[in-house]
Amino acid sequence: MEKFQILESAMVPLTIENVDTDQIIPARFLKATDRKGFGENLFRDWRFTNDNQPKKDFILHDTQYSGAILVAGNNFGCGSSREHAAWALADYGFRVVVSSFFADIFKGNALNNGILPIQVSPQELQEVFTAIESNPSIQAKVDLETQQFRIDESGIIISFEINAYKKMCMLNGYDDIDYLLSQKEAITAFEQNRS
Amino acid sequence: MKKTLFDKVWDSHVVSSVENGPDILYIDKHLIHEVTSPQAFSVLEEKEIPLFRPNQIVATADHNVPTENQHLPIQDALSRKQVTQLSKNCDKYGVTLYGLGHPYQGIVHVIGPELGVTQPGMTMVCGDSHTSTHGAFGTIAFGIGTSQVAQVFASQCVLVAKPKSMRVTVSGNLHPSVQPKDIILYVISKLGTDSGTGHFVEFAGTAFEQMSMEGRMTVCNMSIEMGARGGMIAPDQTTFDYVSGREFAPKDEALKQKIAYWKTLPTDEGAAFDSEHHFDAADIRPMITYGTNPGMGIKIGETIPTSDDASFIKSLNYMGLKAGSNLLNMPISHVFIGSCTNSRIEDFRAAANYVTGKQKSPDVSALIVPGSQQVAKQIVAEGLDKVFESAGFMLRQPGCSACLAMNDDKIPAGAYCVSTSNRNFEGRQGQGARTLLASPVTAAAAAVAGKIVDVSQQ
Repeated sequence: MEKFQILESAMVPLTIENVDTDQIIPARFLKATDRKGFGENLFRDWRFTNDNQPKKDFILHDTQYSGAILVAGNNFGCGSSREHAAWALADYGFRVVVSSFFADIFKGNALNNGILPIQVSPQELQEVFTAIESNPSIQAKVDLETQQFRIDESGIIISFEINAYKKMCMLNGYDDIDYLLSQKEAITAFEQNRS
Repeated sequence: MKKTLFDKVWDSHVVSSVENGPDILYIDKHLIHEVTSPQAFSVLEEKEIPLFRPNQIVATADHNVPTENQHLPIQDALSRKQVTQLSKNCDKYGVTLYGLGHPYQGIVHVIGPELGVTQPGMTMVCGDSHTSTHGAFGTIAFGIGTSQVAQVFASQCVLVAKPKSMRVTVSGNLHPSVQPKDIILYVISKLGTDSGTGHFVEFAGTAFEQMSMEGRMTVCNMSIEMGARGGMIAPDQTTFDYVSGREFAPKDEALKQKIAYWKTLPTDEGAAFDSEHHFDAADIRPMITYGTNPGMGIKIGETIPTSDDASFIKSLNYMGLKAGSNLLNMPISHVFIGSCTNSRIEDFRAAANYVTGKQKSPDVSALIVPGSQQVAKQIVAEGLDKVFESAGFMLRQPGCSACLAMNDDKIPAGAYCVSTSNRNFEGRQGQGARTLLASPVTAAAAAVAGKIVDVSQQ
């Protein structure tokens, strides 16, 4: 996994609430057997018409917004467990998603793919949306070590929570699987004790 | 200390806890399917590590499979490749696969219970959010992402922080027209789609105690739709009777010992939950959804609520419906009875019971898709196939079918489909398709009438 320490970037605002993983990547694009290329179909049915023409009013087509930070409405990533949603966001270029609430499975999938989910209060989310509205190219700074999300131009400073273990993994680019492999002895002993 | 059902099962599966971090949770059974496993097998290849416990994995092909002509090669090249890849991976790593053509093939959350793979007190995972279904047995069962599928392959464990606990109690007398699906749609409509996030939910009270295992599976299946990691129902005699005699269930003395253990699992009197909700069963009536998340549900006959929230308005625009209007008598063109929520024998018995002696409306395309080969066989054994076919319903072969628009079964853009599946998200059943979630009886009634009807008024 790629390390995550500090990110400075403009933001893309997606004000819709309850964005489910079927919207992030529809099921018909889950037929690959590798992890590549899902970004092409990120938000496919909001981005393109049924005959593949761009839907111009969708936020990803709005050239005034760019960057590696997606700011989304409440309850982002609900629904299906498909990790393809996290792969699609990462492949498109997002490294951070800011929302007032994340669905559990999506949150775990994001963290396992080097995407930082930053949970803020509903009021703070509104302030971030307002800041982007006032200046679409306004810069945000995410510092994982200090657990801070800042938009200096708007005076926004938000401290966010992250599990200490997950923070360590992201800062160093460690995967859970390596940690679990290091615990094989304990796992085998656990199996023997219960039988 | 007094413990909940959830505490008892969780605590007995913790190998150890990471300092300031998650628990290492041991997984008894791991179910896999063709969509979320290939990239996990690739991790084993990349890291050159073995599959740790192949005997604790059961595989099937369900999401991508056609529901017609399953004896022929899959037409769609990408689907065929994914299903073939699953066979290759299972073969290479020694995993039991119930693939297309096998008498045990079916939707992963239907076959686990019917084969006796799912048992009370276990921990189970699958790369599918509806793994929550298995909680009906008093099992901790939850959906995971593909990275975690790889972790379980490598270590038979997942790293996960212990969720909070919630209890939803529904007690009182149910109206005879009310199905298990109506109960869970009612609960989600009251609590919302993010109410369970970070929680495991125990469903308690007479409504669930008196329910069949099939009904309990429908309820727990949709606990993810309130955001919960999983749902659970205390194992009781109904559970033991269901499990006993199944292919992979313990037998004889081993079964007796297991049942004695399973009887210790229910929540202790006075154990504390992080949150509690109570509902009166008598208030529930047949439900239907009008929006694009499963929490947007009403009793059939109630009017669609009004809201100036932008997401709510977007949702109603997609559905082509108006706030303040009523869905009763609204024409529909498609009916789908199937999916991991409602494709067990009891669901088809209920639908067939309604359909007997009636004819499908000529304006409706009605699809019946059994959850497994065994359910399909049972449908024929009970003569339900004749009921459906003479009423004009199409009876198909097992698979996820029109639940998720991944295989050939899709609902056309703009069409209304009364569906027994679990998600009414935009495009879930096909680009532009409009899904109205309901019970198998309400779906069957809509197919007959060609419009939405309230079976509690019939």
